Amino acid sequence: MHDKAVFQHRLLPMVLIAPQLIVTLIFFIWPAGQAIYQSLFIEDAFGFSRDFVGLDNFRYLLTDPEYWASVRVTFMFSGLVALSAMALALLLAAMADRVIKGATGYKTLLIWPYAVAPVVAAVIWWLMFNPSIGIVAAFMELFGYRWNHYINGGEAMTVVVIASAWKQISYNFIFFLAGMQAIPRSLIEAAAIDGAGPVRRFWQIVFPLLSPVAFFLLVVNVVYAFFETFGVIHATTLGGPGNATRTLVYKVYEDGFVGLDMGSSAAQSVILMLLVIGLTVLQFKFIEKRVQY
Amino acid sequence: MVEKRPGLTLLRHLVLIAGILVIGLPIWVALVATTHPSSAFLTDLMPLWFGDQGLGNFTRVLTNEERVLGVEVSASWMLWNSFVMAMVIAVGKIVISMLSAFAIVYFRFPLRRTCFWLIFVTLMLPVEVRILPTYDVVASLGMLNSYAGLTLPLIASATATFLFRQFFLSIPDSLAEAARIDGAGPMKFFRDILLPLSINNIAALFVILFIYGWNQYLWPLLVTTDEDYYTIVMVIKRLMTAGEGNVPWNVIMTTTVLAMLPPVLVVMVMQKFFVRGLVEQEK
Repeated sequence: MHDKAVFQHRLLPMVLIAPQLIVTLIFFIWPAGQAIYQSLFIEDAFGFSRDFVGLDNFRYLLTDPEYWASVRVTFMFSGLVALSAMALALLLAAMADRVIKGATGYKTLLIWPYAVAPVVAAVIWWLMFNPSIGIVAAFMELFGYRWNHYINGGEAMTVVVIASAWKQISYNFIFFLAGMQAIPRSLIEAAAIDGAGPVRRFWQIVFPLLSPVAFFLLVVNVVYAFFETFGVIHATTLGGPGNATRTLVYKVYEDGFVGLDMGSSAAQSVILMLLVIGLTVLQFKFIEKRVQY
Repeated sequence: MVEKRPGLTLLRHLVLIAGILVIGLPIWVALVATTHPSSAFLTDLMPLWFGDQGLGNFTRVLTNEERVLGVEVSASWMLWNSFVMAMVIAVGKIVISMLSAFAIVYFRFPLRRTCFWLIFVTLMLPVEVRILPTYDVVASLGMLNSYAGLTLPLIASATATFLFRQFFLSIPDSLAEAARIDGAGPMKFFRDILLPLSINNIAALFVILFIYGWNQYLWPLLVTTDEDYYTIVMVIKRLMTAGEGNVPWNVIMTTTVLAMLPPVLVVMVMQKFFVRGLVEQEK
């Protein structure tokens, strides 16, 4: 651990760190411990009795086809959100990279969706896809397609993916653009002199050099799709139709607050925590590696 | 330009403009919807051009005239709640994380390493994964339906501490040495040297945290049952489910426009800080 440790005081540093430490202990460590503790018990819905069951909650979850269905939904949802948001952002960043006229204007007009809450984005897209009055649904009807996300699970998934990815494009765009602008011009110029056209230069020079940024963004986007899109689903599909959009975080909420199955909900929280820790470690490892070269 | 290709330049502009239009379409739809009566959203295609109800919808939502929002409080009150929540989270996080980063970097004290790890574990745990137990804790502390309950559990996050720690580590040691030799105490050093040097970081972090706080959804939904503490973002969901079959889209869209306006303005006005802050967060 790096430190400067120039000042000699005993009490002062404790006072300085106390607020953060207290908040962390009360609102993070304690609840996390509670989740682990509760995951080992089965409690009836009214909280009258509580039986120690060891790892039964986990065993039950991991053999429950509904849980695995939710895992599949989550992975598909996150994959689609991350890939579509990153692909579009990459395209826009590649276009904006060498633009001179109007560059700031384009940037401003592309980054503001970052500030929009996921649930707000979801509600607007939900209206646009509305089967009877929505503009997108009407557009598809021109081609003879009857859109109805209330009964078609794939279509419901499409709407929540679009609403979640829409907002994330700005974030990815900022990072891709910063990454591209950090690439030395001389590299690009050398390739141009050697006769490589713009498309080839992009795929053979710019794209490989962006891979660290892309990896970082992949992790961020997956974490976003996993945890921050609760509002998108809660305000529109409610996990339906037929559980087609019930992601893991939504299921934790549903089982805990609606189904009042505390043990199972806690066990699911613990699994999610392990997942987040795994993702964070992955990212840290990766950052460390990058610092080294 | 590496080479002159007017066709390519034109293509770039066209793709960018198309991108902006597609990305902007939802906002267009929302803005147009705020200017129509609810009868415009029944069976026919939704309106795509502005109507004449604009101001009317906004005043009705802001004052909650005829209880259009289905709750007792007005949108202006909920905007205020959102503002309080976003400000407390942003300012609170910045203050407590700056102080703890200062302690960790500039002092040696017992259990320093343990404190460090305790704080950094929280880097990994978004509130969404530990909702149920955190809710229990807040409930048992009697903090449901209070600003404290809305904000405190979200203030604890190590991200900001981590950023300040990285930044403090990059400040030359000689500055602190010089201050010490000149007889300045640690708090004087903090106030007169560290604070001014950190202004850019603070501004960038403020933008990001303000948006984070303003856009919270799940947490306010859980800890507030008293309408006096409703935030503008969470009330949208209630509107969606309020009128079965006859969704008041004009009221919903007016509320969504109000809910997105403040954070979008903050991003636009502080674009420079915000972009730099985001990109630096990665390092």
